[in-house]
Amino acid sequence: MTRKQIILGHYLGGVNHSTVWSDPAAGSQIDFASFVHAAQAAERGKFDFFFLAEGLALRERDGQIFDQDVIGRPDAITVLTALAAVTEHLGLVATVNATFNEPYELARQLATLDHLSGGRAGWNIVTSSDAFTGGNFRRGGFLKREDRYVRAEEFLAVARQLWDSWNPDDIVADQASGTFLRRPDAGAFDFAGKQFTVNGRFTTPRSPQGQPVILQAGISSEGREFAAGGGPDAIFSPYHTLAEAQAFYRDIQQRAAPYGRAPKILPGASFVLGDTLAEAEERHREISRAQITGRGAQILLETVWNRDLSGFDPDGPLPDVDPTPDAPLFIQGRARIHPDPFATVAEWRAIAEANKYSLRDLAIHVFSRTEFIGTPTQVADRLDAFVQNDGSDGFIIGSHLTPTGIDEFVDKVVPLLQERGSLRTDYEGSTLRDNLGLTVS
Amino acid sequence: MTRFHLAVALDGAGWHPAAWRDPSARPHDLFTAAYWTGLVTEAQRGLLDFVTIDDALSLQQATHFIPDDRVDQVRGRLDALLIAARVAPHTANLGIVPTVTTADTEPFHTSKNIATLDYVSTGRAGVQFRVGGFRDATHFGRRPALEISRENLRSPEIEQAVAERFDEAADYIEVVRRLWDSWEDGAEIRDAATGRFIDRDRLHRIDFQGAHFSVRGPSITPRPPQGQPLVTVLGHSEIPYTLAQRQADVVFVTPADASYIAVEGPKVFADLVVFLGSDKARLDELDGEQFLSDARIVTEGLADKIEELQQLGYDGVRLRPGVLPVDLIAIVDELVPELQRRGLFRTSYEASTLRGHLGLDRPASRYQGASR
Repeated sequence: MTRKQIILGHYLGGVNHSTVWSDPAAGSQIDFASFVHAAQAAERGKFDFFFLAEGLALRERDGQIFDQDVIGRPDAITVLTALAAVTEHLGLVATVNATFNEPYELARQLATLDHLSGGRAGWNIVTSSDAFTGGNFRRGGFLKREDRYVRAEEFLAVARQLWDSWNPDDIVADQASGTFLRRPDAGAFDFAGKQFTVNGRFTTPRSPQGQPVILQAGISSEGREFAAGGGPDAIFSPYHTLAEAQAFYRDIQQRAAPYGRAPKILPGASFVLGDTLAEAEERHREISRAQITGRGAQILLETVWNRDLSGFDPDGPLPDVDPTPDAPLFIQGRARIHPDPFATVAEWRAIAEANKYSLRDLAIHVFSRTEFIGTPTQVADRLDAFVQNDGSDGFIIGSHLTPTGIDEFVDKVVPLLQERGSLRTDYEGSTLRDNLGLTVS
Repeated sequence: MTRFHLAVALDGAGWHPAAWRDPSARPHDLFTAAYWTGLVTEAQRGLLDFVTIDDALSLQQATHFIPDDRVDQVRGRLDALLIAARVAPHTANLGIVPTVTTADTEPFHTSKNIATLDYVSTGRAGVQFRVGGFRDATHFGRRPALEISRENLRSPEIEQAVAERFDEAADYIEVVRRLWDSWEDGAEIRDAATGRFIDRDRLHRIDFQGAHFSVRGPSITPRPPQGQPLVTVLGHSEIPYTLAQRQADVVFVTPADASYIAVEGPKVFADLVVFLGSDKARLDELDGEQFLSDARIVTEGLADKIEELQQLGYDGVRLRPGVLPVDLIAIVDELVPELQRRGLFRTSYEASTLRGHLGLDRPASRYQGASR
């Protein structure tokens, strides 16, 4: 059996509770130098791509902006385009919302990133239906929840039509004959759907990859169908135990096979290293307590309880009150990831009881999951085994520390993966599709 | 003495429609990073205040308002704001001013994108706002397309529609500017003692409500290095002058004769198309018609004309090279030394930010001291 090559992305989070700002080594989350450092470290480690997330409204608690977490981020595509100037091979993947953008504008931004990076653009397509975020946009938060995937699917269809509206040989630029364009209708497009009725001509000639690489998260049934059918080249998986991950992997590949597709499956992952397992575990304990302070723990639990929990001792038991899901949203701007709060609370109470967890311990257990803890050898072994056993095709690696957290992974774990023959020792191609082993579309 | 300011407008192969056919042109490189990096490196060598990078959300056309199917001129564009981001790390002083269209884009995105450009260029970002939203409206499908032609241009309906677009643009820029101020300087406190990363009293909703849209804020991006990146607009008549007066730091105007066009508030730059290293007559011949422009065309005696403009009271000129890069190189190698000899232009950069080049202060946030 041939060895699978591990795909690696570096996710520079930079904001929210998982980013520790109280550490003296924590750098700026917004200065360009931080992004340069992290991207160049990832390229040194022969990562496939660098990845940025998105959040289009500052989170609020009871009408007041969160002040305990790192906030303040740049526009992802703009920073990534600038990073193309200081990297050569690294893919540049931006998370961009399909709800609060328009296909014509976003398709030309992504095509431009692809041109200006020599074929290294990727788009992580996300959707939202959140009226709170909509308050920041002239078009508002108009989308019904059930229309999110309709819009995302149509958005992608329009974008693909735009990217395909120029042929690779449309620009002749023959000075002698005076012919610049091969055909007078280069860039012509026409789309009529439920979300978009647009036509005209696209401004941007075909980019090196033809189409940027598409990534997507989404584990709901509609999400999986979208993922398998018309959708992405790579999918985020939320599963970290091997059995669950393997089941997800099989499910997606089975759904995708009839379409002749085989999207790459990439879970997010974080790591803590130490010279011994005990040292790594101790470091992890410190990091997770810096990520989730007592106050932070109350607020994270409030996302499920949907009520003020500031009166409950973080070092005491879980709040003995019921969640109030029908009250006005207590925490705004954070995706609701627990559809049934009563079930979630019951589950958490059981976990807390069984492990004798305080409120804060439980929050750390749930919200500060670190998948790979150990010596560099242990971490490399486990990452490799996860991929070789089809739990995934690779990982999107994040760190609690901006921007230098990835350095020790690059210095200590990457060489071990390279020794095993599971990670390239040099880049073979020049585009993100080359890195991922995808064909040019 | 007051220093005179010099900017260059970049667009495709140059501003003459046959520019790409000039033997010095590089028409195969127009969509590459190397091409644009070369241009800004050249501009930086000439100590220019800034470059603008032209853009539109529609394909180029030979005649204003009328889409065509010509294949003998440059067609195709990259997003100007991203070109600006791509070239910023290759320069250290030069201001970089991409064009952004207001009609069908989101001011929230534009505000954070320009702020981000200001971060990646450490304080050298500006923006040239363009209104748009006429025929290109079908690219977005959010409003009916406005069919403007030479014939109906002065009709009351079209004039009213144009005035509305400009009014909307003024609101748009207001939102962009408020969002830049929505984080006060020093809002990030990283106070371990109280566990607060941010002092939320120094973050502000902008709560903009206008006739066309509303936006809540604050921005997701902290206040950019310049506080307020440079806002520029192009104007040829009363309606855009009013917009410039309300919102711009710099306005580009076209002096038809030896007179000063007064626009209260912003710095006024005369907009000139220049042929220094290229031959306009030969280019006209290649294109099959005489090149006309909304800007004033200058083929000789440029340094004298610039001195004249300076004496009339203009703050600067923006030069649109007829052919790139050859006319830009001539600006740097011939015009700049001549202007320096006359004491009209700097001999080295004295500031590191775009506002600094123009002698503009870094303003405090409008919300400074206001509590939420």
